[in-house]
Amino acid sequence: MLQRCKSSGAFIFYPRVAAPGTGSTDLEWVQASGLGTVYATTVIRQRPPKADYNLALIDLAEGVRMMSRVENAPPQSVRIGMRVKAKIIREDGGPLVVFEPVM
Amino acid sequence: MQDAFPRGRTAIVAAATFGIGTTPGFSSFDLAAHASIKALAQVGLQPKDVDGLAIVVMDETLSTLNFAEYLGIQPRFMDNTRTGGSSFQIQASIAALALEAGQCDVVLIAYGSDQRSAAGKLISTSRPSPWETPYKPLRPISSYALAAARHMHQYGTTKRQLGEVALAARKWARLNPEATMRDELTMEDYLAARMVADPFGIRDCCLVTDGAAAVVIMRADRARELNPRAAYLLGAAHETTHREIALMPDLTVTGTAAAARRAFAQARIEPPQVDVVELYDAFTINTILFLEDMGFCPRGEGGRFVADGAIAPGGVLPVNTNGGGLSCTHPGMYGLFTMVEASQQIMGVCGERQVAGVDIAVSHGNGGELSSEAVLVLGSPNTVGHS
Repeated sequence: MLQRCKSSGAFIFYPRVAAPGTGSTDLEWVQASGLGTVYATTVIRQRPPKADYNLALIDLAEGVRMMSRVENAPPQSVRIGMRVKAKIIREDGGPLVVFEPVM
Repeated sequence: MQDAFPRGRTAIVAAATFGIGTTPGFSSFDLAAHASIKALAQVGLQPKDVDGLAIVVMDETLSTLNFAEYLGIQPRFMDNTRTGGSSFQIQASIAALALEAGQCDVVLIAYGSDQRSAAGKLISTSRPSPWETPYKPLRPISSYALAAARHMHQYGTTKRQLGEVALAARKWARLNPEATMRDELTMEDYLAARMVADPFGIRDCCLVTDGAAAVVIMRADRARELNPRAAYLLGAAHETTHREIALMPDLTVTGTAAAARRAFAQARIEPPQVDVVELYDAFTINTILFLEDMGFCPRGEGGRFVADGAIAPGGVLPVNTNGGGLSCTHPGMYGLFTMVEASQQIMGVCGERQVAGVDIAVSHGNGGELSSEAVLVLGSPNTVGHS
């Protein structure tokens, strides 16, 4: 789900009580497409035996950007411009939105 | 409306550092006090002569109150601007306005940190983000790494070009007896350094040190009497674009671009007139981004610009002449150190690393994660007709 301003149609992330810039409070929750593109990516290096992991900024099809990570691919193989799709996993006791490459 | 600034009406008459490196046994305020009395003594002043105080430290949010009490003064002007590493340039710009308005006569800006001795790492006093923390970012390193990755993607910037920034900083540091890292650094050393967050290895990242800095600012009439080589404030501007890196509009363009445009216009200068540039180099990509933002090279050309020693000693543009955050010192918030170095370059007191005939020096601050950017243009007496 993503927040959207009814009057302007603009999507908002992260969620807040008023639209950035206008202060408009006519916000609604709508189903997100789950589709996005990698805007920037890095690999957080760990000392073995802990595994390196990906950290990325994802441009969502709706026009907003969020931090996340790309899974189901070696962290070094994630490329800027890669098309990705969201999935919701459980981690550290809660739901978490991560992405995987669109084949 | 174009923003106005009292160009040349105030000046930094004294600038000092203290305790750079590892200084066990001193608190942040102990270190800041040492730097402050050292700076004040340069022009024959004592703490009781200060009636305007600006300070911000990592480990005390009410630091203006603590430090005024510590120094035994009751200032009539106080500023505790807290935008991270850019706080000090913003404090200087506000101080210039307060001095010009006659709200105070002698402003002390001070900073101190014992973070290396106390914690051994960057102390964060900012609350964790619910939108970032679950993905385990290595803040602030990974945020800057994302910007570097984006710059490399868009403009073909290379790891070796990032390395040129680290090598130039180290060459300057080798000329600065106060610098923390003075061993030779080769491109091979740089490329072999342990990776932290791609494309950054440890030599792309600033140091974690103790250290303190202080500057004294007053109106030009008295400044002229106390220091014939004072550094005059010609322009000062800042710009904030975001807090979290995901909300930065474009990871290859920082608020420095708008801040520099305004500060340079206030100072009535163009980039080619700048003699030394002291940038907030928390990471190697910073130097490349900020040189582009300030117009020292075209957008996207920063990586190629810094190659072949262009910003190192003997290069076309002296950048970070104290060794920067990468090789001199980075005690949590580094911004005041760029102001000290820019001032001292104008005062002509930098010893082996002194650049000849500095008339215009730029001091830059960066806060958060490329979030809050501040530019201060300083000029020699020549630039304000007091030669």
